[in-house]
Amino acid sequence: MTSARANPEMLSALDRPGSYIGKTVPRPNLDRLMQGRGLYVSDIELPRMAHVVFLRSPHAHAKINGIEASTAKQMPGVIAVVSGRELSTVITPWVGVLSHLKGLKSAPQSAIAVDRVCWQGEAVAAVVASSRAQAEDAAELVSIEYEELDAVTDMRTALDPATAVIHASLGDNLAFERNHDAGAVDQAFAESDEVVEADFVFGRHTGVTLEPRAVVADWNAAEARLTIYQGTQAPHMVQNIAALHLGLKESQVRVVCKDVGGSFGIKVHIYADEMATYALSKLLRRPVKFVADRVESFNTDIHARDHRCKGKIGVNRDGTITAFEIDDLTGIGPYSMYPRTSAIEANQVVNLVGGPYATRNYRARARVVFQNKNVMCQYRAVGHPIACSVTEGLVDMAAMKIGMDPIEIRRRNLIADNAYPCASPSGLRFEQLSHHAALAKLTGMMDYDALRVEQAALRTRNIHRGIGIASFIEVTNPSAAFYGVGGAKISSQDGVAVRLDAQGSVICQTSITEQGQGSESLTAQIVGSVLGVSMDRVRVILGDTDNTPYGGGTWASRGAGIGGEAALQATKVLRKNILDVAAAILQAAPGELDIVNNAVVNAADSAPRIELGELARIVYFRPDTLPPGIQAELMAARHFVPREYPFAFTNGIQASWLEVDIDTGFVKLLKHWVVEDCGTIINPQLVDEQIRGGVVQGLGAALFEKCVYDERGQLTNANMADYLVPMSGEMPDIDVGHVVSPTMESELGAKGAGEAGTAGAAAAVTNAVNDALRPFGTIITEIPLTPQVVLTALGRI
Amino acid sequence: MPIVWAGEVTPKMKASAFAYARATSVANALELLTAHGEKAKVLSGGQSLLPAMNLRLIAPELIIDIGELAELRGVVVKGGVLTIGALTRHVDLLKSPEIAAHAPLLRDALTHVAHPAIRNRGTIGGSLAQADPASELPACMLTLGATIVVRGPSGERRIAANQFFAGIYETALTPQELLVAVELPVTPKNSTHFFHEFARRHGDYAIVGLAAQALVKDGQFADLRLGFFAVGDRPLLAKSAGKLVDVVITSAVLSEAFSALDDELDPLEDQQATPAMRRHLAKVLLARCVSSLLARPDLCTGALA
Ligand SMILES: Cc1cc2nc3c(=O)[nH]c(=O)nc-3n(C[C@H](O)[C@H](O)[C@H](O)COP(=O)(O)OP(=O)(O)OC[C@H]3O[C@@H](n4cnc5c(N)ncnc54)[C@H](O)[C@@H]3O)c2cc1C
Repeated sequence: MTSARANPEMLSALDRPGSYIGKTVPRPNLDRLMQGRGLYVSDIELPRMAHVVFLRSPHAHAKINGIEASTAKQMPGVIAVVSGRELSTVITPWVGVLSHLKGLKSAPQSAIAVDRVCWQGEAVAAVVASSRAQAEDAAELVSIEYEELDAVTDMRTALDPATAVIHASLGDNLAFERNHDAGAVDQAFAESDEVVEADFVFGRHTGVTLEPRAVVADWNAAEARLTIYQGTQAPHMVQNIAALHLGLKESQVRVVCKDVGGSFGIKVHIYADEMATYALSKLLRRPVKFVADRVESFNTDIHARDHRCKGKIGVNRDGTITAFEIDDLTGIGPYSMYPRTSAIEANQVVNLVGGPYATRNYRARARVVFQNKNVMCQYRAVGHPIACSVTEGLVDMAAMKIGMDPIEIRRRNLIADNAYPCASPSGLRFEQLSHHAALAKLTGMMDYDALRVEQAALRTRNIHRGIGIASFIEVTNPSAAFYGVGGAKISSQDGVAVRLDAQGSVICQTSITEQGQGSESLTAQIVGSVLGVSMDRVRVILGDTDNTPYGGGTWASRGAGIGGEAALQATKVLRKNILDVAAAILQAAPGELDIVNNAVVNAADSAPRIELGELARIVYFRPDTLPPGIQAELMAARHFVPREYPFAFTNGIQASWLEVDIDTGFVKLLKHWVVEDCGTIINPQLVDEQIRGGVVQGLGAALFEKCVYDERGQLTNANMADYLVPMSGEMPDIDVGHVVSPTMESELGAKGAGEAGTAGAAAAVTNAVNDALRPFGTIITEIPLTPQVVLTALGRI
Repeated sequence: MPIVWAGEVTPKMKASAFAYARATSVANALELLTAHGEKAKVLSGGQSLLPAMNLRLIAPELIIDIGELAELRGVVVKGGVLTIGALTRHVDLLKSPEIAAHAPLLRDALTHVAHPAIRNRGTIGGSLAQADPASELPACMLTLGATIVVRGPSGERRIAANQFFAGIYETALTPQELLVAVELPVTPKNSTHFFHEFARRHGDYAIVGLAAQALVKDGQFADLRLGFFAVGDRPLLAKSAGKLVDVVITSAVLSEAFSALDDELDPLEDQQATPAMRRHLAKVLLARCVSSLLARPDLCTGALA
């Protein structure tokens, strides 16, 4: 699907010969990373740098009665053993709330626990030594006396009057509740031919980045400046918060973010141990390095998705979906995370359920409760997999109930492609989606009818395969509506500065960040295309608050759509400025000139006029030869934030084809298809990789990943042997197709693509498993779909 | 097997301090072991030892690296016996024509052991000395009737595989002894084998696995050895195999074998499976094994319903 452009000349600027837009080009950072010249936080060594190891609570909830560290302090290399109380002299506590999430409450959280620990893994003391091994040796000699308290672990009983209240000052364990009621839900259910209900259960899981969280904090007392080297998605947010709680001005904090080994939303938050590391550097007046180990990562990196959601759908015999209703419950650990809060996921679930469908009747309740488990917060595709699994699970059950094909029921209920702009019953505004075009493309790619024939044939041979479909919408390009309006100092705008250097190459500084998704590449592609220079002449600088414009960073699928547009706009200005000088030098009118392939040319016949290198030489070294009154400006900056729509919604659809071994409960993924619509595609390979990577994370949730807690709040599988991440051996081929509906909010027209894969993969797999199990009359609404779960559902064990 | 954390979450990624000695000969390794025994650990491929040390689950005072002892590496066939040096790496066994010819079960099993990077370093001696009950090679040793050759202060001991494995990570080795080789009878030409395991992901330790070797004559088993793993604290050479030898296999016979097998199993609970699930999967494996070795698809589908 294509749409008319708001600004046709600009499209030609993106589409002209030599444009990189829409082309697969290698990432500029590939060689650096492939040759081992990446710079991760762990690689950073500074003079006098010390290493911190945190002693962490083995209990889910306990009073700290005493910390005995005298022997540890005598150990070789030990610089300090610091308690939460001692550290509180340099850093203040925080409360993770946002004002637009009405009623959200949380308790003050300290960098290191003071008096009481609230989850297994919370830091209780810091051991700082000259080497990591020395710090670990000394940590073994610190003894901490705990008095165990009742642990609140089951979200279902967290609100019972008999359950202990984790933070007495809050009165109860309810962090947040949202109710939404649109249309006439009760009436719709009453008048429906069929009503289907189900309870959906989602395993708690986590992001498992290859590179763990890591920080080097360097307080330079002479400069009164703190430099933080950290793998983060949002450097300016870290700068703001570090300054706020250390009593500094933002100008006293520099955040440097070099290469990042995966983030997925794990590294967009402020963690207590990271704050403690900043504070330790200030306290000890020396650089301090913190690198989380794997066990520590499992116990402290945010978890996500621990939801139990009751769902209800009304349907008529003609396939019309009449209403959706959900009641969602989630447990988020003992604190709402800072500063993005832990209410966003449940809030998203309420926003997104039923989102692809035309029905106007929708009621939702979401409750977010505290528990003595690790903190939960936003992770790739926040809330989407829950909402999508519930919605698509219900739609399939409704179809089954009335005997309709899953594709057909979707065809009858997805919002029509010509119905936009419109809004969802939860109030989300859609600019332009393409559900039906995507559905048509998907059924073609997978040859749906042939697959159904194959499925039926195999069934007669006792081979049980299933097809699962999941339509979804995805929140991308968030404006200030996400965090800013709630008072968080997290920028929703991004900035880009571009300048021509003295040899005609381009230096581009952008406030978005790179964690492997290709931010550097897409920025260089846009700058090169708009300016008319080759990509190898564009050097992109990101991840440094001293050296980039102010902006939000890379999260919520916003890098390309927002940062990319800022790059486009800044480059347009630079281009104009260059052509103005060129016109002066060449005694031509700027409109007669163009820049192609690193040189100024005649617009009409492309005849070369002056190389950019030569132009730069004149501007920088012989400005005396320019006509009087001409001052060249070979640097330009622009910022961008979407203003019309709070979010640029995208849409897509996924399908899974799999086989269930009914003797063993094992699920074998055979094939996966995705069609998605992220608007303008800047680099097809990067988009497809984002989709595939996202799908794999969704497949992990569907089949493998779960943080298993016991009733005492102990995480029992905090290691890579027991917590199963998806691996290539189990992954199917993933075919990706696109429909293109650019957003009119920007000239670039790009929406996000980073979370689409994760949004719908688990729903597609669950629906496929249930499709395969149809002859057995069982429906599973719990993920991960482990062999144990499947065999139990089949009554085999 | 699951690593048991017992609430321990304070970071441990650097091993405690230890001394290191590179053994120059088997004799030298034995001298070091005699002198330091309990406080020392032999280092072969390091694929199990080093993670345990970095996690500070164990803290040996001395590491005796036997990696240079070429005499412990390699595969030799002589007089109907296949001798495999303790230091022979998984990858070498996987590529060895002698193993392919004379112990093809082992080759099939090795494709299920971990991933290529680990197989490039891990050794058969290390795997057997580690004695993880979910490990493939110990079960194969039972099935193939291996003899484990060990040397210690008082000379050489030859231990039958079914006497060697003593529990989770426990063997008949004393702290002063070095595992030097395993000996396997060359499998008869007319013998067939079956290897399969259920693991959540390729390369993971099995939830349940079976290494079987059989002689099939006229559609019946003349001999059947069933080495199960991950069904208890050590690999199991199932006596219930006897129920299937020299009889026409029917679903009734198979059912009898199932219940006999059930009595022999003592499965553990871990993250991936309950004991009940392991018992169930062991039966599925047995059914598939019999069905595959006898080329009788009928036995696979009906037996478990
Ligand atoms: C990610 C991962 C996945 C794995 N998956 C599997 C799997 O699926 N199946 C499987 O079977 N294994 C698996 N392993 C283990 C792997 O097979 C190891 O190679 C094996 O367990 C140990 O062999 P090693 O040579 O590395 O021994 P090491 O780690 O060097 O030693 C292991 C133990 O044996 C002792 N030891 C070693 N050699 C001798 C000797 N000659 N005499 C006496 N004692 C000795 C050591 O002191 C130590 O206690 C996995 C390992 C990893 C890291």
